[in-house]
Amino acid sequence: MSVLDAAAAPVSDLDPYAEEFLRDPYPRQQQLREAGAVVWLSRHRLWAVTRHEEVDTVLRDPQTYCSSRGVGLADFARETPWRPPSLLLEADPPQHTAARHAITAVLGPRTVREMRQAFESRAQQLVEELVRGGSFDAIHDLAERFPLTAMSDQIGVPQDGREHLLVYGALAFQAFGPRNERTERSLREGEQAAAWVAEHTRLSELRPGGLGARIHASAVEHGFSEQHAELLVRSVLTAGIDTTVIAIGNALWLLARHPEQWAALRDDPSLARTAFEEGIRVETPIQVFCRTTTRAVQLAGVPLAEGDKLLLLLAGANRDPRRWEDPERFEIRRSASGHVGFGAGIHACVGQMIARLEGEAVLSALAARVQTLEPAGEPRRLIHNTLRALSSLPLRVVAR
Amino acid sequence: MALVTYIAADGRATAVELPAGTTVKDGALQNGVEGIIGECGGNAMCATCHVYVDDHWLARLAVIEEVEDALLDDAVSPRRHNSRLGCQIRISDALDGLVVRMPEAQE
Ligand code: HEM
Ligand code: FES
Repeated sequence: MSVLDAAAAPVSDLDPYAEEFLRDPYPRQQQLREAGAVVWLSRHRLWAVTRHEEVDTVLRDPQTYCSSRGVGLADFARETPWRPPSLLLEADPPQHTAARHAITAVLGPRTVREMRQAFESRAQQLVEELVRGGSFDAIHDLAERFPLTAMSDQIGVPQDGREHLLVYGALAFQAFGPRNERTERSLREGEQAAAWVAEHTRLSELRPGGLGARIHASAVEHGFSEQHAELLVRSVLTAGIDTTVIAIGNALWLLARHPEQWAALRDDPSLARTAFEEGIRVETPIQVFCRTTTRAVQLAGVPLAEGDKLLLLLAGANRDPRRWEDPERFEIRRSASGHVGFGAGIHACVGQMIARLEGEAVLSALAARVQTLEPAGEPRRLIHNTLRALSSLPLRVVAR
Repeated sequence: MALVTYIAADGRATAVELPAGTTVKDGALQNGVEGIIGECGGNAMCATCHVYVDDHWLARLAVIEEVEDALLDDAVSPRRHNSRLGCQIRISDALDGLVVRMPEAQE
């Protein structure tokens, strides 16, 4: 972009990767949203897209706003990515289309329905143990344990070493941000996890009949090489565990802080699914994703040049008062459908039906068994380039 | 604008005027027509916006893409020759008079 263009658009020197921004992102996201739909961020030299309508427009126009140049700050046209790019997330049609078919052939609604029984009984079992103890760390003992057992079993990775999936997920999302101290530390600390994940994308390491093995087989059937089949399995290992851990943790935190919402859920456990959805709207686990323009284009009246990076504030869009009534309010009976916490358009999360099933299973198991759910100490926040997550959440429960 | 009639599984009909560009799924949700859920927000991931399209209109719809095709196979209610996803039917003036029927169940 030229200096002249920038003059036509609002400019902000807010740094979305500064610690104070990440600790309390919503007032600053609001500030950006009210400055304009498209705001030049001078610190990082890219555009923030701040409102629901424009974020949705960009997500649904992959020809103009591509993913193959990276969905983080790094422009793959100029920088070498830290790992081989994803065939899904970091690809455009027609390559993306082929990969998407190969994976949706496995992760369709029928497969998800078949998982319900196993998820529900695992969630009930975990909740039963926790209720007996009375107080627990909801991140470690529930939000992490559920996907690490129930979902990892479905994917078909061995028990031993599964915790690497959490470290690797956090690393991949960290690297969508700038190459700052956080990213460097994650890269250092994630070396072992990355090796474990690479090893467990191989067919020989995956349980036959599990989701991982089936995705591998589907990829080969769709004409992908062995190596590309492994990359597609990697997508599920990267995006399929840590994200749901965070979403479950955030939902529990919200419910513990809003006793009237917890009471509504406890009185009607069938609200579990919409409660989880609303949790993703107000505490969006993946706060931002990027796109790169493939041509000069106007967005909300702002002229963008070819090759410009756009930082899409998914979380900001999910709290945009132009789209949501009383957007800051956590209200489990609202229809949060249309939020962009799972993205939108051709890259919309392929695991979203699985994520919903996981969230529903955990929240309804709690609602059925627990009378009161309260904070039992200060939660600890993870300060992360892309993710909005807690690292610890002490809770106390009383059985009903 | 196009007049679209939604017929519920129990036979109740609701007719609404929809602007061009919207979808059958959004038209139902925005007008309080029950029987379509649309949980994934119209992203062709959930198959909870399944409808049966009256034969007269079937040929006027855009062809079914591979993703929609696979999802329809996975819908909760039986797939028929005229099954479509409501989120993939985009309203245009040419669809004025469209009639869709909702299945027994979506989830
Ligand atoms: C609550 C949990 C989750 C959240 C918040 C989430 C969020 C997202 C978002 C925002 C995108 C869009 C990325 C973009 O537009 O560039 C996405 C894509 C994706 N997600 Fe999820 N996700 C979750 C769970 C899962 C699960 C459980 C899986 C796997 C089973 C998964 C696998 C993927 C994959 C493979 C993509 C790339 C799709 C593509 O580019 O076509 N996600 N997710
Ligand atoms: S709304 Fe989900 S497939 Fe149509």
